[in-house]
Amino acid sequence: MNSMQIPALNWAVIGAPLVLIVWATVLMVVDLFVANKRTIAYLGLAGLVAAAAILIPYFGGQAMSGFSDMVVLDDTAIVLQWILLLATAITIFLSIDHLQRLGIERGEYYPLMLFTTSAMLLMAQGNNLIVLFLALEWLSIGLYVLAGFAYPKIRSEEAAMKYLLYGSFAAGFLIYGVALLYGATGTVSLPGIAQALTNSPGLASNPLTLVGAAMILIGFSYKISIVPFHMWTPDVYEGSPTPVAAYMSAATKVAGFAALLRVVQIALPPALVPQVQAALAILAALTMIVGNLAAVAQTNIKRMLAYSSVAHAGFILVGLVAFSPGGTQAFLYYLLSYALTNLGAFAVVVALENEGEEHFALSDLAGLGWRRPVMGAAMAIFMLSLAGVPPLAGFFAKFLVFTAAYRAGYWWLALIGLLTSVVSAFYYLRIIVNMYMRESETAPRTFATPLLRVGLVVSALFVIVQGLLTYPVLQLVPLR
Amino acid sequence: MTSLPILSLILWLPLVGALLMLVPLPARTAKIVALLASLAVFVVSLLLIPGIGLFNSHTAGLQLTETMAWIPSFGINYRLGIDGISLWLVMLTTFLTPLTILSTFESVSTRVRAFEAFMLMLETGMLGVFLAQDLFLFYIFWEFTLVPMYFLIGIWGGQRRIYATVKFFLYTFTGSVFMLLAIIVLGVVYGRSTSGQVNFDLQAVTKAIQANGLGLSQTTLRWLFLAFFAAFAIKVPMWPFHSWLPDAHTEAPTAGSVILAGVMLKLGAYGFLRFNLPLFPEATHFFAPAIGVLAVIGIIYGALVAFPQKDIKKLVAYSSVSHMGFVVLGIFALTPEGVHGAILQMVNHGLSTGALFLIVGFIYERRHTRDIEAFGGLWKVMPVYSFLSLVIILSSLGLPGLNGFVGEATIMFGTMKSAVLGWPFAAFGLTGVILAAVYLLWMFRKVMMGDVNQNTAAMRDVTRTELAILIPLIVLIIGIGLYASPFFRTMDPSIEALVGPGSKLVANR
Repeated sequence: MNSMQIPALNWAVIGAPLVLIVWATVLMVVDLFVANKRTIAYLGLAGLVAAAAILIPYFGGQAMSGFSDMVVLDDTAIVLQWILLLATAITIFLSIDHLQRLGIERGEYYPLMLFTTSAMLLMAQGNNLIVLFLALEWLSIGLYVLAGFAYPKIRSEEAAMKYLLYGSFAAGFLIYGVALLYGATGTVSLPGIAQALTNSPGLASNPLTLVGAAMILIGFSYKISIVPFHMWTPDVYEGSPTPVAAYMSAATKVAGFAALLRVVQIALPPALVPQVQAALAILAALTMIVGNLAAVAQTNIKRMLAYSSVAHAGFILVGLVAFSPGGTQAFLYYLLSYALTNLGAFAVVVALENEGEEHFALSDLAGLGWRRPVMGAAMAIFMLSLAGVPPLAGFFAKFLVFTAAYRAGYWWLALIGLLTSVVSAFYYLRIIVNMYMRESETAPRTFATPLLRVGLVVSALFVIVQGLLTYPVLQLVPLR
Repeated sequence: MTSLPILSLILWLPLVGALLMLVPLPARTAKIVALLASLAVFVVSLLLIPGIGLFNSHTAGLQLTETMAWIPSFGINYRLGIDGISLWLVMLTTFLTPLTILSTFESVSTRVRAFEAFMLMLETGMLGVFLAQDLFLFYIFWEFTLVPMYFLIGIWGGQRRIYATVKFFLYTFTGSVFMLLAIIVLGVVYGRSTSGQVNFDLQAVTKAIQANGLGLSQTTLRWLFLAFFAAFAIKVPMWPFHSWLPDAHTEAPTAGSVILAGVMLKLGAYGFLRFNLPLFPEATHFFAPAIGVLAVIGIIYGALVAFPQKDIKKLVAYSSVSHMGFVVLGIFALTPEGVHGAILQMVNHGLSTGALFLIVGFIYERRHTRDIEAFGGLWKVMPVYSFLSLVIILSSLGLPGLNGFVGEATIMFGTMKSAVLGWPFAAFGLTGVILAAVYLLWMFRKVMMGDVNQNTAAMRDVTRTELAILIPLIVLIIGIGLYASPFFRTMDPSIEALVGPGSKLVANR
């Protein structure tokens, strides 16, 4: 009797997500015995550091695959995972004092966040549509709970509900697309799909393939707030606890884009690239235009940041449109600078909130820059960076992305991106106008704890120097 | 001596001063530290002076260049250099900044450290624009200048400061993004046509584009020209892109107005010389007449609108639109005379309009109004002030013997001799000179002459600080007026290379 072949699993490939899963499980038990929830937070941070450290030996080496080639680990995945871990770590920093202040400090918050993050890490290395789908569902479930974490606050529950409904919808699209694509190609493995489409050229124009691919794209578009699938974003960001909104705007977006990057880079045969490029270009253009114009009309900071994150999804997508190594570099660079800047901006919003007190109206910022010099200066730097003003990180990111688009022949997309950047400057400047150029009649309290202030200074400094360090940062993912 | 990175030193010293402002110094001390920092920059920049310093006035090309790799995969370098075109603009910047900071000793009393920090950051930004020799680096400085000025107007400005500063920022930002796209195109296309390596080095791109147009079609090159033109025309500002200027100038604090008019408007005109002309010779010829028309409209329009203004500052602001029209006219005459005149006139305008904003600021400090009607008879109560103002006003309207005349006359020469513009442009331009005399003297009469009224009776004459600010300006105003040839001589080789008979711009028509 032949013994059954058990394929090599190669656990090392999923080292980082595995560390988080195990650690989160441990923390859930530890939580039962620890009264001070701060401890859980710090332990969670330690887990993130461990997960990041475990990746170091693999960086710069050969790409690895495991679990029957369902999961891979290459340099792009590692860089994305580092960005995700960094974003999660910053989120935990934002959460510690905030949850306590709002009276919603519960120990399961941090394990939940680690579980969610582990799914995000998996998104960056999935080589198979089923893995990507599972990871997406898994991270969504975590986020549904986190969005409603401010229970029994009605806004928070509304956010969770909305996110759940939209998320289920998106998942439906995604899994249906996967099914159709499987019907057409007979496989769910990304390289397999590319292989099948190349082998029988007729398949590329098969309605099953096209509809399937479109639905997969739609499924991901929901998660990364691409117009016209962005409607949930402002409501969910507004209602969720602010650190969770920050987490969604930074980490979830990175994860969603990571998966999308893999799908378009691996599963697409060269013959299909131009069509997909065109589709992505149109989505990117729409997203930049709608996101930026809608943000102009907002008077609530959280909603404004939500629309701004929609707009930035468009800018990031421009990097994907290029379909070139330079484009991927730009894409990763953008994700890093965006995640840091956005988390910084949300950190300021976190400091504007206390139990029963919310100061999210633009007018609440009046005079803030003078009353809270560190917070004000940091926020001004984040806003200018998001607007793309040199010499800050956001400018370099935009420059790289638009250069990649132009090299791919999409000069009009670069032009739309640049013009919508001007529109975005208007609403980002409005924050600065309020902070520095208007005097306040009432001075709302702010709640920047030392921990938060350190975080603000560090991320502001990084936003300043990332531009100077552009070359080393780009070299993390060298052009091959 | 040559190994001393003098341009970097000039460029970054102000920023060091700005960082010093993070130290919680008392207001008075902060002002003194800022002044010393800007004076140090000026002293170092004196090392450039041709003849006694490092600048060699017999070379056309870039001098004292410094190159350092920055983003090699994109061919982006930290590259500085100076030539006859930028030399005097750099000197103008380092000269005006300490005087302006000195003026804040009496005019700025709130949030002093932040104010001085922004002033010094602005100086670094402006110097960077003049010194950068890499397209990407240039763009960074170009955009960066917006930020400190945005804060200066928005925080310390007048009643409508927020409207003015947002308008200023968005207007210039819009123009700039077109330029950014053009810069990306140039860098990438250069890579395609040569080694495959993207490159933003200005000299390399200029050389390649003059050799074979980088393989771009005439139409594309013209579009690229317009993209650069959009950014610079808004900054100058040329009619019809000028509408941000009266607001920004009027609302800005005195020091802001001085720098805005004195140096920032020159950034645009400098951009024409450094980018549009050498990069796009054919398109320059193609568009020169149209641009000449815009310049002349600007000259006349600015003068006509300046005339009925009630606010002295607004009057000076519109006079800037008019005067900068001359500069643009001189540049697009595409003759050595025209460009000589344009560059000198940039310096002149920086001195005299800067000085005009200062003297307006001085009386604003005393009476908190800038309404022309509110004043009168200052000659009787403030004789020294009035006399100095007269010199400045005469310089601004182009009286022979003072600096403005030399610049405008040379520009007119250049325009007459120009193959692309010719005498009609000069003739219409000249009406602007006459109108300038009308509105400026009219303003002088209303404010300084006539009877003392209750508003002005108690006004004290210039303080020692104010005198210390005005005297250096007036010395230069008279000095350039009487003996401008050393300035011209240092520009000669660079201008000859740009628009001389042997240059690409003229030879290839």
